[in-house]
Amino acid sequence: MTYSQAVLNGDRLALSRLLTQVENDAPEGRAALIELFPHTGKAHLIGVTGAPGTGKSSLVNQLALYYRKTENKRVAIVAVDPSSPFTGGAVLGDRVRMRDLAGDTGVFIRSMATRGSLGGLAKSTANMVQVFDAAGFDVIIIETVGAGQSEVDVARLAHTTLVVEAPGLGDDIQAIKAGILEIADILVINKADRPGVEMTEKALKSMLELAHPTERIFQHHGSTMRIAGPKQEASSTPMWIPLIQRTVSTEGKGIVELAQAIARHVAHLTHSGGWTIRERARLEVELDALIYEELVSRFRQDIPQKQYDDVLEKIIQRNLSPGEAVKILMNGRLK
Amino acid sequence: MTEKKIRVLVAKPGLDGHDRGAKVVARALRDAGMEVIYTGLRQTPEMIAEAALQEDVDVVGLSILSGAHMALTPRLLELMKKNGQSHVKIFIGGIIPDEDLQSLKEMGVTGVYGPGASTEDIIRDVKIAVAG
Repeated sequence: MTYSQAVLNGDRLALSRLLTQVENDAPEGRAALIELFPHTGKAHLIGVTGAPGTGKSSLVNQLALYYRKTENKRVAIVAVDPSSPFTGGAVLGDRVRMRDLAGDTGVFIRSMATRGSLGGLAKSTANMVQVFDAAGFDVIIIETVGAGQSEVDVARLAHTTLVVEAPGLGDDIQAIKAGILEIADILVINKADRPGVEMTEKALKSMLELAHPTERIFQHHGSTMRIAGPKQEASSTPMWIPLIQRTVSTEGKGIVELAQAIARHVAHLTHSGGWTIRERARLEVELDALIYEELVSRFRQDIPQKQYDDVLEKIIQRNLSPGEAVKILMNGRLK
Repeated sequence: MTEKKIRVLVAKPGLDGHDRGAKVVARALRDAGMEVIYTGLRQTPEMIAEAALQEDVDVVGLSILSGAHMALTPRLLELMKKNGQSHVKIFIGGIIPDEDLQSLKEMGVTGVYGPGASTEDIIRDVKIAVAG
């Protein structure tokens, strides 16, 4: 029996070994992805990102516990940590915060290293998620590396993206910068028992108000003022305005409310057609990446190494620009 | 194709709370280019076997300073065998009396390291064991 058959039958060892083959981009892994693809597309993918130390792993632990206990869903977790740019080694420590999930066969946690990828995920994260999807997990939580401002790949992979913040990490200028905050479907203020939580919430709220103008009523020099929001066309689908949820994951506070917010987002996606749009965008990116890889590898096979080296040498000597070199190498190929 | 990385689970079974040694080893293996999954303190053999299964590791490194190695190790080996993971190499570091070394080796433990062991030796032995 192949690994993919065994995975469909619920064999956990086969699942684990197949994940390794997929992670290593081994030929067996590629073949299995083709076999498993018809079984994918059922799971809800939740991305969790945010700066290092905001409590992503602890939050994932609590969310997974909630889905197991309250909704009896099978949960897979893919936790990504960075590889060393110097040695390629990594210490993957996310499991340390997830010990409450031990002993439950309805949970499967897999740690992975970025292996040189930027963007917050590893190159094969999406493929590993597909394997979990085919294996019948209802919820797949993808935890990114501790993200700075531009590790936004997870938003392309997940249906629902949580961006985890903590009090004291930045002011309202940080909050209007482009990047990570823009990808949030739900903003989680974790460690909400810490001082400064009001400031953080206020900064995030004003950021959202700038991005999503709605009707506003406020007090200004003692009088009540009202600013109307933009008129929405009756036919247009309602816009999703990111929710803000406070949590204290070490104590499990705010988790039920967070799960409800996630459920509201799923309902919104289903209702507005956003689910289909996200699926389409994700599969398009995936297809493009594979085409790119295939074309480059065919192109390189097609060029004698000698010719490639000669052209490269000319570029090094500044006798040829890289732009001209591409034209010369491409000439007559890949019609 | 990416080269195959050596994946190591570093775990600390039992009740003693000293994890400095485990962290030093985890860091050294990382610097040797391996992917180290660190699970933290106070793990039961059941938790370690489950983590080893989910992570598909090549090696499990145990840090035991409590003297409970003759109870914890056979239990872990039994669970891992039941999971179909007899191929995984087991290394132990910590305070292990000389008279237990032979029995641990007979159980199937690949290497045992006491205080003062060099991380270079551990890295070399792990690489040899995984290469088979």
